[in-house]
Amino acid sequence: MGRLIAEHGPLLGVALSVAQIFAFVVVLLLSLAFLLLADRKIWAAVQMRKGPNVVGAFGLLQSFADFLKFVFKEIVVPAGADRTLFLLAPLLTFTLAFIGWAVVPVAPGWVIADLNVGILYLFAISSLGVYGIIIGGWASNSKYPFLGGLRSAAQMVSYEVSIGFVLITVLVLVGSLNLTDIVENQEGGLLNWHAFAPATIVVMFPMFVIFFISALAETNRPPFDLPEAESELVAGYQVEYSSTPYLLFMIGEYLNIVMMCALLTILFMGGWYAPHPALETVFIPPVFWFALKVCFFFFLFAMVKAIVPRYRYDQLMRLGWKIFLPTSLAAVMAVGAYVTYVGTG
Amino acid sequence: MNAFLLEYAPILIFLGIAGGLGVLFLLAAHLIAPGDPDPEKVSTYECGFNAFDDARMKFDVRFYLVAILFIIFDLEVAFLFPWALRLGEGGAFVFWSMMVFLGVLTIGFIYEWKKGALEWE
Repeated sequence: MGRLIAEHGPLLGVALSVAQIFAFVVVLLLSLAFLLLADRKIWAAVQMRKGPNVVGAFGLLQSFADFLKFVFKEIVVPAGADRTLFLLAPLLTFTLAFIGWAVVPVAPGWVIADLNVGILYLFAISSLGVYGIIIGGWASNSKYPFLGGLRSAAQMVSYEVSIGFVLITVLVLVGSLNLTDIVENQEGGLLNWHAFAPATIVVMFPMFVIFFISALAETNRPPFDLPEAESELVAGYQVEYSSTPYLLFMIGEYLNIVMMCALLTILFMGGWYAPHPALETVFIPPVFWFALKVCFFFFLFAMVKAIVPRYRYDQLMRLGWKIFLPTSLAAVMAVGAYVTYVGTG
Repeated sequence: MNAFLLEYAPILIFLGIAGGLGVLFLLAAHLIAPGDPDPEKVSTYECGFNAFDDARMKFDVRFYLVAILFIIFDLEVAFLFPWALRLGEGGAFVFWSMMVFLGVLTIGFIYEWKKGALEWE
């Protein structure tokens, strides 16, 4: 934004900045509409169904039809619920899921706010995400949402710890919190990406896997969708939600999933860089590679949802605290020792 | 200072646009959709039973334990952030100072583990 103001003067600069953000939000929402459809289609294909195929060609407009349907449904607020908090919770989840995207660079220079503390900001925003869920679960004043909210909060904070340690391993290698710097550190093809760099692959590839699995748990996706375990808790913290409050929760949840895919891309898979420098020609813009990688990770998320059976709660906590936490802690020490005694490869 | 704060201004605008969009969605359903509550509809969901007593009940102390453990380790991560940035130019002293700190925390972690704070039955 500083650059826009310097180039176009304060008034036009701010207006351009607002337009930029608005365009970004629209693009995000539109991509989300199709990613949601992709999720359902992949899921259906695994189960040998057709999936949504009526609205528009191949069901392409299904998400838009769903949106209209949400808007035309009645907002039911349960009698015992705290009305303000009940409506605040989905709004909080929705807003927080959006503003994290402000620091995500999708191509060189294509970032809303190029903060020098980008990762710290993302870490803070994703920590706040727990509030939407726990407020929603508590405000409903119903037993299933209450239990679901508790479980969900405990699960999210457990896996946030290992996500934090994995972030540290990348930061030690890069030496900067800025997301653009992190991507630029991986320039020059597949073997320079953090997940595959030969010198550190022994530690960083497992960290990449831990981050992926923790991302599944953090976003309450199967196989860690215990808060929504429908056989025991109906739909977790969302039981009492209908209409657009539910829609806000759902958009927030999917935005967080895509955010995790984008983070995997930026931290481990070279962001907007192509697998080989020769592929970075003028005909293929950097944003294409970024989108391709994000879509790849989203496909993995969808496949995991379709294939892997649900975890039990004690197994989930054991995995987070007894396996991921010690492993990622040891990895921080190993990467630290590597950078100190061998140098930042 | 001014230029530094200016970098954060887009986030404020982003917050406004995202929040406004959320409110717009809520208002849209509020205005367009029918609003016809009746006692059966607004009663809390409990698998067909009439809801009995308050839902905000006592819950397992383990959830508090998880929250406390989370605070400890999240603070630890927060300490690691500045260390991670300056490790490359700091050398062995910086590295071993943090290893001592992590060592103390690891002893605490082993203690929690042995005490059974991480068990769920």
